[in-house]
Amino acid sequence: MTKAAELAKMGEVITNSQIGRKNIVINGAMQISQRSASVTGLGAATGYFTLDRWVMVENDASAGRFTMSQSAVTDLAGFSNALKIDCTTVDTSIAAGEVLTITQRIEGLNLQQLKASSTSTKAFTVSYYAKSNASRAIALEIHTTEGTNKQISALHTIGTSWARYSMTVPAASSTELDNDNTEAMQVNLWLHGGSTFTGGTLNTGALAASTNANRAAGIGSIFASTDNTLEITGFQIEVGSQATPFEHRSFGEELALCQRYLVKFTSTGVYQDFALVSCYSTNAGRAIFDMPTDMRANPTFSTSGAFQILGGGTVTGSSFISRHGNVISINLTGSISGTNAPCGILRNNNDADASLTFVAEL
Amino acid sequence: MNITQAKYNTIPNTDTNCSINCTIDGNKVSVPIDPANTDFQAIQEWVAEGNTIDEAD
Repeated sequence: MTKAAELAKMGEVITNSQIGRKNIVINGAMQISQRSASVTGLGAATGYFTLDRWVMVENDASAGRFTMSQSAVTDLAGFSNALKIDCTTVDTSIAAGEVLTITQRIEGLNLQQLKASSTSTKAFTVSYYAKSNASRAIALEIHTTEGTNKQISALHTIGTSWARYSMTVPAASSTELDNDNTEAMQVNLWLHGGSTFTGGTLNTGALAASTNANRAAGIGSIFASTDNTLEITGFQIEVGSQATPFEHRSFGEELALCQRYLVKFTSTGVYQDFALVSCYSTNAGRAIFDMPTDMRANPTFSTSGAFQILGGGTVTGSSFISRHGNVISINLTGSISGTNAPCGILRNNNDADASLTFVAEL
Repeated sequence: MNITQAKYNTIPNTDTNCSINCTIDGNKVSVPIDPANTDFQAIQEWVAEGNTIDEAD
């Protein structure tokens, strides 16, 4: 690159890009895995399994299965973790509607910086680092999900060493990114797809009304061999037409961003306390949780393992009651009130694996 | 998403429904009545398919 070209590129970045707090993707460096660091036998259902904010999307019951894990990175400067997909069962008969994507669903409130006007978007750039066990084509896709769904894709041939891949999405008109807490955009990495999604011509030119056949044309399949692996990290979406260096955030900052969508309180030993409980009858009480951040929406609540009330007895049921800001109220049933009524402490019942989970994912 | 055994919960000592306890993909969860919650959205689709949420006790 000539000096003049370099200066022109720098000027473009300064004029059109956001300097600081530029990365729209959450957990792009794959640091946070509140649910689990590794889950095997995936592929039968869509869901969030390991790394926060990254959902595995499947469709039409592929026979392919995989392990998803937070892997350790030792050969890419600046990164210590990656999202790793490892094929464990092949799928050699791909039905038309089959899908496997690594996806992040993005909240409209976090996308307003992409707007050029209420009905148009600026140019923006998606970038990530990846490596594979062998050369394999995957598709990177931006897919908007409000109004008329629009999409654009890029075909990337991933090599066996870490490399950075990117796609610039040109400025577009007739786009809709509502300023609310619902999903407005997805970024997808297509690892596997049937003819419904691969049978056309990849749409690489501009955001256009979504045609399924043009979303992932030309990709290979991660399910072609049990030798197949893919690792990604350093995922970034930023305003402007240049992929600038990845924005590293601290572990604490990234965790707080993730906790808008998932909070998991996990035991690290037996009989650990989780919340104060007001025992309003012998068989019911109310636990109040002071959450680390405001969640995106009222969360789905679940428990795993055994719980009891200190001063009472075993907790047998629970249900979501309300949320006011970051305060969440959960009703508990069981042998709630004991010698210390009307107050107690919710704690695990000699179960070091017990956990409480609040989910407000997209 | 496979939903089974859905039942409303009320705010204690009131008749106001506040959440739905159900089994989703084999996991027992309590889903708030919130249109922005994606599990609640899935339950609404499940109801639209002809399924029923049991009333609270």
